[in-house]
Amino acid sequence: FHLRMMEATVFLDTFNACRHFLVSFTRSVPRLNPVSELYGQLFRLHGLVFPLTSELPEMHQMMRQTCRDYADRELGPIAGKLDKEHLFPAQQVRELGAMGVMAVEVPEALGGAGMDYLAYSLAVEEISRGCGSTGCVVSVNNSLYIGPILKFGTQKQKEQWITPFTTGEKVGCFALSEPGNGSDAGAASTLARQEGEEWVLNGTKAWITNSWDASATVIFATTDKSLKHKGISAFLVPMPHPGLSLGKKEDKLGIRATSTANLILEDCRIPLGNMLGSRGSGFKIAMQTLDSGRIGIASQALGIAQAALDCAADYAHKRTAFGAPIGKLQAVQFKLADMAVAVESARLLTWKAAMLKDAKKPFTKEAAMAKLAASEAATFCGHQSIQVLGGMGYVTDMPAERHYRDARITEIYEGTSEIQRLVIAGQLLKEYAS
Amino acid sequence: MSRVLVGVKRVIDYAVKIRVKPDHSGVVTDGVKHSMNPFCEIAVEEAVKLKEKKFIKEVVAVSCGPTQVTETIRTALAMGCDRGIHVEVSGKDYEAMGPLQIAKIFAALAKKEEASLVILGKQAIDDDCNQTGQMTAALLDWPQGTFASEVTIDGEKVKVVREIDGGLETIKISMPAVLTADLRLNTPRYATLPNIMKAKKKKIANMKPADLGVDMVSRVEVLRVDEPPTRLAGVKVETVDDLVAKLKANGTI
Repeated sequence: FHLRMMEATVFLDTFNACRHFLVSFTRSVPRLNPVSELYGQLFRLHGLVFPLTSELPEMHQMMRQTCRDYADRELGPIAGKLDKEHLFPAQQVRELGAMGVMAVEVPEALGGAGMDYLAYSLAVEEISRGCGSTGCVVSVNNSLYIGPILKFGTQKQKEQWITPFTTGEKVGCFALSEPGNGSDAGAASTLARQEGEEWVLNGTKAWITNSWDASATVIFATTDKSLKHKGISAFLVPMPHPGLSLGKKEDKLGIRATSTANLILEDCRIPLGNMLGSRGSGFKIAMQTLDSGRIGIASQALGIAQAALDCAADYAHKRTAFGAPIGKLQAVQFKLADMAVAVESARLLTWKAAMLKDAKKPFTKEAAMAKLAASEAATFCGHQSIQVLGGMGYVTDMPAERHYRDARITEIYEGTSEIQRLVIAGQLLKEYAS
Repeated sequence: MSRVLVGVKRVIDYAVKIRVKPDHSGVVTDGVKHSMNPFCEIAVEEAVKLKEKKFIKEVVAVSCGPTQVTETIRTALAMGCDRGIHVEVSGKDYEAMGPLQIAKIFAALAKKEEASLVILGKQAIDDDCNQTGQMTAALLDWPQGTFASEVTIDGEKVKVVREIDGGLETIKISMPAVLTADLRLNTPRYATLPNIMKAKKKKIANMKPADLGVDMVSRVEVLRVDEPPTRLAGVKVETVDDLVAKLKANGTI
């Protein structure tokens, strides 16, 4: 047993510094609860007792329906055009803002919908089913931009930086990754130095979603290089702003209606009051934000996976070959079954993570599992959907190829599938440590 | 000021493929997706709009049927209605329920609630009767503005532009009145998330037809329900003369 502990320690040591920090930082997981008791606990704590296999609570069903109606009628018909012409869905984002979808978890007093994270997950899934790019915009605004401000901001910061971003008129973005570090978030080289009553930021951030359409960003910079990842702080920067410029829009494989670009900071000056949270807490803020953000991305991946499955299943009914609809062929049936299982199991993982978060229980492991399962389900369903459609799947006449392209990013951003595995293993091993 | 009653019907969703029951007594409704009748959505939207323009004070959503119809009432509340009334009808009574029974219920409620307007969808997409609005108006002896594509309140009167076969007809009727909504009256709003949350707290009153003095006995008996016959293949002809000859041969002309 001692040897196993040593192996585990060695395994942990080979983690990226940020993962080790995350494992030690998050609240310890309850020891070896029987699975059924944990389920019972979390459903009771979610405020409602409902069997997981049965229906969602009425309010959640209603909001899921309204998002689905919107996605079917307003997003589905234009998604192909948005993708082809790389168009940001500004009008749709405004309409979604009016519905409360751009700020689901934000309290009503600040202009949000005042709902829970499960509702948010359902909303993102339904929106993404209509258009993967729009789902991404919704997720980034809710989880990555509003999320940290809601959790770590002062009341004044919340009013200034959240309320205008609830209506869909403005969206925000989240700037953590740099050209030199993505997964290696602790190695941030963007610097922030204090000069009088101002912070001065210098550096470059890469792969920033919503960059060209955002009116503000939550950005991470090193305030104390000697403290390594404990020397990173979070800042709020309005966009546009002197000293902040945008790189060229990346030409992406998928989610092409969103803008992705570098953020370049050259002596970008912001008031001292624009620091989010305390000095040195930036890394913690980033990791906790990404934890929740994972549920959002998992939901986006679910929406894309479901859309791919819908496309394939519908085609299987209509396309005939060998004298019958291809849905009669076992080869096609097996694919559809595998796709359905992948989506449904990822969905349940996602719901569980959201419900744990709503119950204020630790959810790091479950969120990582949800993101991993959902993103792999999305790429799997995207791939198999094209296969079911055959030649038709390869052309832009059918949405299968767009789902395939949109799905791919979900395994990469907000923590690659590899990082998710490290997070899950870290949490898991911790549970088994004596 | 004034109160509006809006009728909302829970019907099989428009996107569902309808299947006839094996015993031909009706269509399969178990486990099938249901939603608010699209014309009822338009009616709710119009009522909520009138309230927003401050012509009326209160919008009451009414539905008749078993417990499940409360979902439909809640959707109406989430769109902006102030409160709901669920008239409980279940079992055989529900299966036999038709425009006459609904009209009687609405007439009784309109009097009880002292409504200035009753707004209904022009027809339901399941039975396509297009009778309830007209019957309600007749029972109340109120004027009716049916197939409305535009509604304007002008003091104690309502100007209604109606979509009729020949085009558009504009009429002016005095309140209280019954209106039925046609497709182009408005575009129903999506229920917003904050409104869905607010709808949780709005009241839905519960009552039975007997409480309103309405007898639910139906004068109509459904004998049999069948699917439309499968469309047969057609025949192609080369010339107009051939067409005429064929039509003459099978007795059509």
